[in-house]
Amino acid sequence: MATLASGASSPLYAKRRRKNVVTMGMAYAATGFGLSWLALILGVLFWEGFSGLSLRVFTEMTPPPGASGGLLNPIIGSLVMTFLAVLMGTPLGILAGTYLAEYGRYDKLSSVVRFINDILLSAPSIVVGLFIYELMVAQMGHFSGWAGAVALAVIVVPVVVRTTEDMLTLVPDTLREAAASVGLPRSLMIQKVAYRAARAGMITGVLLAIARISGETAPLLFTALNNQFWTNDMNAPVSSLPVVIFQFALSPYKDWQELAWTGALIITMAVLALSITARFLGGERKKS
Amino acid sequence: MSTANFTVPTVAANPGNTDDLVEKVTVQNLDFYYGDNRALKNINVSLYHGRVTAFIGPSGCGKSTLLRILNRMYDLYPNQRATGTVRLDNDDILSPSQDLNLLRAKVGMVFQKPTPFPMTIYENIAFGIRLYEKLSKADLDNRVQQALQRAALWNEVKDKLDANGLSLSGGQQQRLCIARTVAVRPEVILFDEPCSALDPISTAKIEELIDELKEDYTIAIVTHNMQQAARVSDFTAFMYLGELVEYGETTRMFTSPSDRRTQDYITGRFG
Repeated sequence: MATLASGASSPLYAKRRRKNVVTMGMAYAATGFGLSWLALILGVLFWEGFSGLSLRVFTEMTPPPGASGGLLNPIIGSLVMTFLAVLMGTPLGILAGTYLAEYGRYDKLSSVVRFINDILLSAPSIVVGLFIYELMVAQMGHFSGWAGAVALAVIVVPVVVRTTEDMLTLVPDTLREAAASVGLPRSLMIQKVAYRAARAGMITGVLLAIARISGETAPLLFTALNNQFWTNDMNAPVSSLPVVIFQFALSPYKDWQELAWTGALIITMAVLALSITARFLGGERKKS
Repeated sequence: MSTANFTVPTVAANPGNTDDLVEKVTVQNLDFYYGDNRALKNINVSLYHGRVTAFIGPSGCGKSTLLRILNRMYDLYPNQRATGTVRLDNDDILSPSQDLNLLRAKVGMVFQKPTPFPMTIYENIAFGIRLYEKLSKADLDNRVQQALQRAALWNEVKDKLDANGLSLSGGQQQRLCIARTVAVRPEVILFDEPCSALDPISTAKIEELIDELKEDYTIAIVTHNMQQAARVSDFTAFMYLGELVEYGETTRMFTSPSDRRTQDYITGRFG
């Protein structure tokens, strides 16, 4: 006790406390600065977009300038392309992530795959758009919903690969040994034990990938382009929220600009909801 | 076991009077390498049916390594290899043609940390059974119950078989793991420090269990706790720096060890 008391009053300790106060103050200020921008963005979005939010937005097609309308075709277009992209990208991502974390954990090849995946993860999405443009749009001779979905899938894959690998790596080796010790072959161990233990984290990864692609504009500009009308044909150009927002926001027409704000609000809310769900699932995993 | 007298101190590979016993596992001239590091040096030891053999020794002496060779658990990792002969009955389990899944179904293992699978209590047990047997629902229920009874866990979990295995206490989880191991009807059970994460009461239960199980199985246990080795085992092997220093009947090992190093260890002079 004696040493503690004298230690607390020593000049060295007082100096450390002052330093602590200053550093903590700076940390709080930096956090506040960062968060204020987020608050500002959300505030403006609500301010500008909320008034335009009505049933009509979800039931009517995009209007010509000067007329009234909604965002039904871009909303559905975005949903369909996102769905297809996840459908294509998730199995690939999970398989590759499983290879990295389970079968190829000690292989040289897996460090190469991991490195390339990291590059893909941070590749500018406009490059992905151009790539799919060359690969599909130029070959087929026209823009299409399929090309848009594939471009989005290319963005999904590395995100899912990374989270799948990370989550499987967190599954303790003792659990793998336990599974092996009852005579479980490796493939079944992965399916029945490792996936189950990593499930929440892997779902989180897919949700984050959805959140990531639902705001992507650049890859769709070169692939799905846009469509003023409803289409069921994925071989035709398909409308999507980000592209419509891009087009309408830059237009000189007031109605279009308002619809762009509303569209932006819808995307933001959807992504926010996804992120919160992902967080919630991630938290569940930590608790168990 | 013809006499009550302690057998005369013998060389390491000869555990004393084993005339009436069936040799289940035989280890001969076994070396083990982690990369270039030789972790086990010329090990010779036998495990007998219906008996418990304890492996004791200071940390890093290779006792867990030896255990993990008996079900080839080391095969999950790269750069680990064993040379020599390890026979289960008459099969050489180190042979490359050995089917690892079948081997591990025959040689079960219970780990230091309880490792229930992330599924229900029922599924934890049924899972292993389903791998090798196609049973009706009633038969499967029966087997699960038997296994849980065998592991002295049935009364505590019979009303919550659908609860997650992870919701049990540490001691219960460990007994669940024992039940899971017993359920696949192995011939040999390896215990790798099964009580080191448990409280004294759970430890006593596990020790009791090992004593009950030994009639039907060949059991090997690695332990840091010498009292535990003395309590549960019939034979004890003392390992030091990758060598098997001495091997013999437990009573003899703890009362008149023939090697100086064994004596130093069991009297607490090192380790």
